[in-house]
Amino acid sequence: MPIPTPSVELIRTQIAERQTTATAVAEQYFAAIAADDATAEPLHAYLTLSRERALQQAARIDTLADRGDPLPPLAGLPVGIKDVLSTQGVRTTCASRVLENYVPAYDATAVARLETAGAVVLGKLNCDEFAMGSTTENSAYGVTRNPRDRSRVPGGSSGGSAAAVGGELCVAALGSDTGGSIRQPAAFCGVVGLLPTYGRVSRFGLAAFASSLDHVGPLAHSAKDCAYLLQAMAGHDPLDATSAMAPVTNYVGGLDASIRGLKIGVPREVFGAGLDPEVEARIRESIAVLRGAGCEIVDITLPSHDAAIAVYYVIATAEASSNLARYDGVRYGRRAPAGSLADMYRQTRDQGFGAEVKRRILLGTYVLSAGYYDAYYRKAQQVRALVAADYQRAFAEVDLICSPTTPTPAFKLGEKVSNPLELYLADVFTIPADLAGIPAISVPCGEAHGLPVGLQLTAPAFEEERLLRAAHHFEALRPPLLPASLAH
Amino acid sequence: MPDININDIAALAHLDLTAEEATGLQHDLEAILRYVARLSQTPTEGIAPMAQPLAPDTPLREDRARVWFTPAQALANAPAARDGMFEVPKIIDRG
Repeated sequence: MPIPTPSVELIRTQIAERQTTATAVAEQYFAAIAADDATAEPLHAYLTLSRERALQQAARIDTLADRGDPLPPLAGLPVGIKDVLSTQGVRTTCASRVLENYVPAYDATAVARLETAGAVVLGKLNCDEFAMGSTTENSAYGVTRNPRDRSRVPGGSSGGSAAAVGGELCVAALGSDTGGSIRQPAAFCGVVGLLPTYGRVSRFGLAAFASSLDHVGPLAHSAKDCAYLLQAMAGHDPLDATSAMAPVTNYVGGLDASIRGLKIGVPREVFGAGLDPEVEARIRESIAVLRGAGCEIVDITLPSHDAAIAVYYVIATAEASSNLARYDGVRYGRRAPAGSLADMYRQTRDQGFGAEVKRRILLGTYVLSAGYYDAYYRKAQQVRALVAADYQRAFAEVDLICSPTTPTPAFKLGEKVSNPLELYLADVFTIPADLAGIPAISVPCGEAHGLPVGLQLTAPAFEEERLLRAAHHFEALRPPLLPASLAH
Repeated sequence: MPDININDIAALAHLDLTAEEATGLQHDLEAILRYVARLSQTPTEGIAPMAQPLAPDTPLREDRARVWFTPAQALANAPAARDGMFEVPKIIDRG
């Protein structure tokens, strides 16, 4: 009999029925983290553990269970939090030396809402510095390894989040996604990653990288668990001026409704040069699964698709250059000893930031500078409007769009560090949804060269219910996947 | 391809670069800018720039002050603080 994968419902049920306790579950995961740290090639998913906070929360859940009180929806769920999200009293580094000893005085709204729903925060997860990167190799605190092949990257920037879920060092995690940083690592590590609609989940407490592109979202083993986490986090937050007022629907309750008759668009632009043939084969098989489930497959075109990467690397870096100006050694974080204020700014930032962060700040500064603003930044904003319009037009014909999440499976550690542009080009399938502000999900759909492949589904704004429902049905119908615990 | 003076850009960004860093970053920026230059080939006449992905519908809140983040919390991570203020190197030298 197969061992059930831990899930939101399984953990809550087992605690409610006193088969286990939230404290025992938390201790089990802390033991798993310690055991992995002692191996020859540890995943190194966590940067900071929040044992005291976790056990206090677990004790609160256990008290409710002991009294026979109803348990909150995420009761006892062990979660990890990407280290770009503030956690009160728990060191938050953004994987940067410039925040090496920063301890926030407040929680990110997304974190607070997960805890209100009963989740147990085990610790802070590694990522690319300030969420800038696609491999987690830009962390100032060492790389994280892919649980499916420890010689490979977990993806990024939410690599720690994906590795922790895939490596069973938590049951779910929070990540952030600006150009694909939830979905790409989810695909690389064989887990599910959800990009919600822009504004669906509060960005309050998320260290800003690119404010018009940043999103907070969940990673988990299933679309259902992602639905549970989204349900807990979604909704207006007065602390985030871009937080959406759109009503929150029943994401979990809607999962089992039929997907028969859904029209799924396949953009002709995705099957081109650079797509690994085995990845393409898995995607085409997945499309056949959806067709077999009664979905209508429709050929569509997204004419501005090829411009999306260029748009992203102008807008994201421009916004980053502004957002990272706050790391100046004045109010928090590292401060370089210097005789003058100007020297303090420069030396603090030079010592505190890694190479990729500097690269992006410089690029963003350039495209915003006098004489270049119109040619680069304003132009990119105009092309962004065209990318968004492509999706609006497509969604007048279809209900969802599908594509690969990534053109290849996970690369080897060190393979892409010397050519940043080559790495940027690998974000081709994930970037457009961030530009358009629409939701997308990556779901494991098989393997290529023995490594996980992600199928990406994209939906119109605020149609997470439809997106999660399709992903949930796809999970039930796809060929069985190799469980992570048997994969290594 | 416009001339990029990496040291001028670094000064704008308040970054100190070593000579080796400057050379490497100059090369990287030139390569990336050559790539993004393709945007100039996309017709955009009459297209309004998109600053936000979705039309913001956040209502204004009541104009009422509330205590949320105390000065002590704000100073808790200060590299240097004095008398309830962030302390920094002297800005103006009155001689």
